[in-house]
Amino acid sequence: MEHFIQLLIFGVQLGVIYALIAMGYTMVYGIIRLINFAHGDLVMIGAFTAYFVARIPGFGFIPVMVAAMIVPAVISVVIERLAYRPLRNRPRLSVLITAIGVSIFLENLPRMIPVIGPNYRPFPQLIAFREFRLYGSAVVNTIQITNIAASLILLTLLIGIVRFTKTGRAMRAVSFNKEAAALMGIDVNRVIALTFFVGAALAGAGGVLYSLTYPMIDVLMGVWLGTKAFVAAVLGGIGSIPGAVLGGLLMGIVEVFATAFNSELGYGAGFIILILVLLFRPEGLMGRPTIEKV
Amino acid sequence: MLLEVRDLKVAYGAIEAVRGVSFSVDRQEIVTLIGANGAGKTSILRALSGLADIRGGSIEYAGQELRGARPHEIVRMGISHVPEGRLAFLNLSVHENLLLGAYIRKDKKGIEEDLDKVYGLFPRLRERARQISGTLSGGEQQMLVVGRALMSNCRLLLLDEPSMGLSPILVQEVFGTIVSVCRMGTPVLLVEQNAGMALSIADRGYVLETGRVLLEGESSALAGMEEIRAAYLGE
Repeated sequence: MEHFIQLLIFGVQLGVIYALIAMGYTMVYGIIRLINFAHGDLVMIGAFTAYFVARIPGFGFIPVMVAAMIVPAVISVVIERLAYRPLRNRPRLSVLITAIGVSIFLENLPRMIPVIGPNYRPFPQLIAFREFRLYGSAVVNTIQITNIAASLILLTLLIGIVRFTKTGRAMRAVSFNKEAAALMGIDVNRVIALTFFVGAALAGAGGVLYSLTYPMIDVLMGVWLGTKAFVAAVLGGIGSIPGAVLGGLLMGIVEVFATAFNSELGYGAGFIILILVLLFRPEGLMGRPTIEKV
Repeated sequence: MLLEVRDLKVAYGAIEAVRGVSFSVDRQEIVTLIGANGAGKTSILRALSGLADIRGGSIEYAGQELRGARPHEIVRMGISHVPEGRLAFLNLSVHENLLLGAYIRKDKKGIEEDLDKVYGLFPRLRERARQISGTLSGGEQQMLVVGRALMSNCRLLLLDEPSMGLSPILVQEVFGTIVSVCRMGTPVLLVEQNAGMALSIADRGYVLETGRVLLEGESSALAGMEEIRAAYLGE
């Protein structure tokens, strides 16, 4: 029991981070039907932004977090403007390949920048480490609490915006049909840019939280992390916001439990679930089967 | 004239859909564009809304040139377009769809009043306000998109095939709504394949054929013409 609770805490801690990152995949897919392969790299940009900003005297966790959200968000808007928007009405494959190109670019450009480079860097300790006894030998520490609390706040905020605000309504309208949305007076380009902004901000936050737990960062950290978050988004049903949360949590928990069972198995466990879900429910756990528009 | 279109040309790639069409809509007026499939009716409405590629001519609306304006800017100038195929946002609730109709408006009180008006006009929508609009029947969806267009407080309403796929009773209901919209002061430009119905409520009409205006005049005069009765009214 104690062991179970301990693993569950680890799983949720990892799962909320996957959920944060998965959100960007699912939102961008929902709005322009693009798998944004460069999304994982925004996680890395968030982590490196935090790495540098944390050196500024007086900058604690919250200002670092804000900076690590804004920088990748702005970069993401620029990417959308320069690389994706010109291809908006072209075959979908063109944008997909462009996204892969952007991803390779984002992974390799920082290697050439002397202050970043290809090596691993130790991530600063932004949160004072303390452990609390929870149940028997099960413990929870300040980093885990920070991760879970920060993620839940951000996810709740996002879901609230999408569901209850005028902007959120505009986002859902654009995701359903861009032309019909434009006929409502919605500036479709602005809404798409905003979606990239918000998705990347969450990815940046995910990058910081992940690095608090595994405090070694490098330019390729976003590749594996992005892939797993993408799997989480597909698992939950890509395009579905609650699906991304569910998929992320499931992915984190399964990975931790599988690793405890056999450390080799851990890496593959999420993918096994993905294959099973796709076999029996191709639209993902919370996705809707595609509706053909007449 | 509120809307004055001169020599409009619209093309999709190499295909010319509209080859120099001129028409006008005045305040307090229902004008209809009728014609067979492929006559260019929908392309004209799409051009007015900034959705189609305009190759020539001019569109003057309330003294402003519309050519080159983006769709959301045209909506802000007061033109509301109900596109063909009743594009309700099926992933949103009925209430949310109506609120989106008022997206460009800031006057909370006016929006509330207009919501009441639309719900009064279509009581079925009030019953289903919280329902996801994808669960509505075709006729209810058509009411929804018409109601949504009324929420924009527009100065000109463009309607593309509002009768399509509706039962005769619902067609009557939708056309009745159009007439009352115009009586309340909003002019309507109506595109229809159901020419008889369209001419019966419109003040004036234009008959289109392969991208050109074939005939124009008072609806009653058009409805009485031999060739129109034969070609479009199925007599």
